[in-house]
Amino acid sequence: MVIDWLPSVLIVVLLALGVIGALRRVSLWRAGQPEKVNLIAGLLAMPGRYLKDLHHVVERDKYMSRTHVATGGGFVLSMVLVLIVHVFNVEQQIVAWALIGALLIMLTGAFFVFKRRLNPPERLSKGPWMRLPKSLIIYSLTFIILTLPAAGILPDASGSVLMIAVLSVGIVIGLGELLFGMGWGGPMKHAFAGALHLAFHRRSERFGGGRSTGLKPVNLDGDVLGVSKPSDFKWNQLLGFDACVQCGKCQAMCPAFAAGQPLNPKKLIQDMVVGLAGGTDANYAGSPYPGKEVGNAKGGPNEIITAGLVSQETLWSCTTCRACVEECPMMIEHVDAIVDMRRFLTMEKGETPNKGSEVLENIIATDNPGGYAPGSRTNWAADQNLAVMKEKKEADVLFWVSDGAFDMRSQRILRAFVKLMKHANVDVAILGDEERDSGDVARRLGDDATFQSLAQRNLATLGQYKFKKIVTTDPHAYHCLRNEYADFDKEGALEGVEVLHHTTFLNQLVQSGALKLDAFKGGKVTYHDPCYLGRYNGEYEAPRELLRSLGIEIAEMERSGFRSRCCGGGGGAPITDIPGERRIADMRMEDASTTGAELVAVGCQQCTAMLEGVVEPRPVVKDISEILVDQLAEEVH
Amino acid sequence: MPHKVISLISVGRHPQSGRSRRADQDSRAVELGLKLAGTDLDVVHAGSSQEPVLRQYAGMGLPKVTVLEQDESADALVSIADYLKSEKADIVLTGVRAESGESSGMTPYILSEQLGWPIVARVADIVEIKGDEAQVLLALPRGQRRQVTVKLPFIASIDNAAEAARQSAFGPGLRAKMDSQNGSTVEDSVRVDWSEAPAKARPKRLKIVKAKTAADRFKAATAKPQGGSGKVMKNESAQEQAQAIFDLLIEEKVIR
Repeated sequence: MVIDWLPSVLIVVLLALGVIGALRRVSLWRAGQPEKVNLIAGLLAMPGRYLKDLHHVVERDKYMSRTHVATGGGFVLSMVLVLIVHVFNVEQQIVAWALIGALLIMLTGAFFVFKRRLNPPERLSKGPWMRLPKSLIIYSLTFIILTLPAAGILPDASGSVLMIAVLSVGIVIGLGELLFGMGWGGPMKHAFAGALHLAFHRRSERFGGGRSTGLKPVNLDGDVLGVSKPSDFKWNQLLGFDACVQCGKCQAMCPAFAAGQPLNPKKLIQDMVVGLAGGTDANYAGSPYPGKEVGNAKGGPNEIITAGLVSQETLWSCTTCRACVEECPMMIEHVDAIVDMRRFLTMEKGETPNKGSEVLENIIATDNPGGYAPGSRTNWAADQNLAVMKEKKEADVLFWVSDGAFDMRSQRILRAFVKLMKHANVDVAILGDEERDSGDVARRLGDDATFQSLAQRNLATLGQYKFKKIVTTDPHAYHCLRNEYADFDKEGALEGVEVLHHTTFLNQLVQSGALKLDAFKGGKVTYHDPCYLGRYNGEYEAPRELLRSLGIEIAEMERSGFRSRCCGGGGGAPITDIPGERRIADMRMEDASTTGAELVAVGCQQCTAMLEGVVEPRPVVKDISEILVDQLAEEVH
Repeated sequence: MPHKVISLISVGRHPQSGRSRRADQDSRAVELGLKLAGTDLDVVHAGSSQEPVLRQYAGMGLPKVTVLEQDESADALVSIADYLKSEKADIVLTGVRAESGESSGMTPYILSEQLGWPIVARVADIVEIKGDEAQVLLALPRGQRRQVTVKLPFIASIDNAAEAARQSAFGPGLRAKMDSQNGSTVEDSVRVDWSEAPAKARPKRLKIVKAKTAADRFKAATAKPQGGSGKVMKNESAQEQAQAIFDLLIEEKVIR
């Protein structure tokens, strides 16, 4: 036959084109800043990361995980066998049968992809993604037919010219999508970029069940502080953006998106892709930033991002709750990118919106965001008879009070916690006026210079004293002390020190019998997971165990644990205060009310403030330490 | 021809922490200067170029800060007056009163005396510069403004009512050039002998609330002050106006 050779030639040509496109894509990523990654170790670890870590996230949606295993697995296997059978012409019937088997698996998967795309949920991107299942089906059908002769089912040379022509069209459509599209930015790009993203991830600690949530420090001697242009990102961050499958799980979880603020994590990542590749967002086929039309964003690798690609309000809408990161099956780091861009706005442009600039100035001048006299930091404890480290020098537990010291509502939490510790005879001391703001807000607002200065001064203070544990009632300070100070701890001030959230510590006291509690007799109780305790530090269990030890059966909200919805108070969001259609705190309180709870237990003063800001009637909001202190068992003498 | 604008800056002091910062009024003077002259604004400090607070001012988007290098004990006025004489400035902006040092509020007055320039005190805004005249808004109590026309060159002290200073950005502040020039070595002989002590809070006169109703209180808080004894002299000759001022000064025992 004259054109028998056509299929194999097409396969080779499309494969070559795909490789060329892939190399071009690699060069786009290389426009980013250098970042040290162990390439070999990463590549070796990649299959494991895919099969375990990534799959673990995808598995939350059983339908999709099975579909993906069938489609993706079938494709990879079939592609290898296609090369063996149709390019290298290995004439073993068993190989051909294996190929048909792989293709059938893939066809089944592709069918389910197709089925989901019949009536796709809003979070999914449309456009080229609607074409994908059809391309997948065409690919598998085409190659099944093409392989039948090799499997001995159809007689050889049974293909007429017409047949081969039709099959060739199928190859072009199918492999065009899968190989050519992979390299040249089609939907299948996710497989290629995603695999490499897993291999060269910037936070490799996240794999194998680890957690890596602390922001990376800015090099303050750099030419540009923060990210102004896409090429200011690290190269592997750019690679990460390219891995996005536009599944919109981030969008579905984003509290700012739900509140109608102009942020959609998926669109943001896609805008970053537009930035790194150059062009406009006209081809974006997903949900827009609420209130903003699609099609007006333009960018390029060396163009300022906030001058046309992403608006500043979008970046300031984020509460850094990490719900998107937690949900992302591709393990993309949205929050890192947002804070990187905020750093440019704050440290280079001086454009932190609304109260941001005032708060930062206060932090710089007084070490607290309210601008209060540093000498009044311990006023709240005037009647608490607390030991101060300056005099005591050594204690089992250092109680990190945090800026709640200046806020009368938070002081109730502090007092409750102190009372509990006294009851359990804990050897505790505070830093008193020597304590400073942890730097959390400054860092989330993009002012890493101020964060680093605070971290260094706090560490210098901590280094003077001896203690085994730091306990704090503020999950934000907890996160900074536990996950972010290590980058600056040259003297080892926190070496060997256990940093604990007060719920963890109290739970230890209760479990060890140091604290005796009566049963709780109030009504229904629900628990709100603070983002910086849960997603940032993985502590979901201690607060719940504490509540259970009071005999409380927690009425869980639909979104709880790692899927907890933010209260709206993180990341400096109440300070930058970007308008939306709803308030995030109102939505969270609605979640709580739906459970029928009369009391919302919280483990964070910021969450307390946000949730108590919701108009009544609503459930009462109490920190867990406040709940416990009311249930202290009276000692019988 | 663009006008040469100079803003004078000093090291401020945070009222709560006592820590060094960009002074509130001085940074407003820089803000107004940036509005008038953009980055051509010349920002001048008499003191040490190593002073970190200067970086906070520079973070407002100043490519450089002119520093007249001098000891802490030297008289800043001498340095600044010499500099202004050599620079042919059109407008010099200062704060009303420094937050540290003597904090007497005399700097703009002494400068105007030495240079022979007019001074406009407590400026809220400079609206327009036309030819050799500027339209200036003065800040009066209760948010009132008075518009005056001043001949260039002049000195303006900037009131807290002026536009607040923009945010200071760390990066540009860090990279700004400190343009050091020799300042004076004349010792501030009066100040050397002074000793500093924290201020004591002065007793406050008890406020007797006369208003009986909320409406009265509202009136008292918002009404224009009723001077009563004041006199507006618009049509009289300069001779008569001067005589009236002279008489008042004698009456108030300002001069004897």
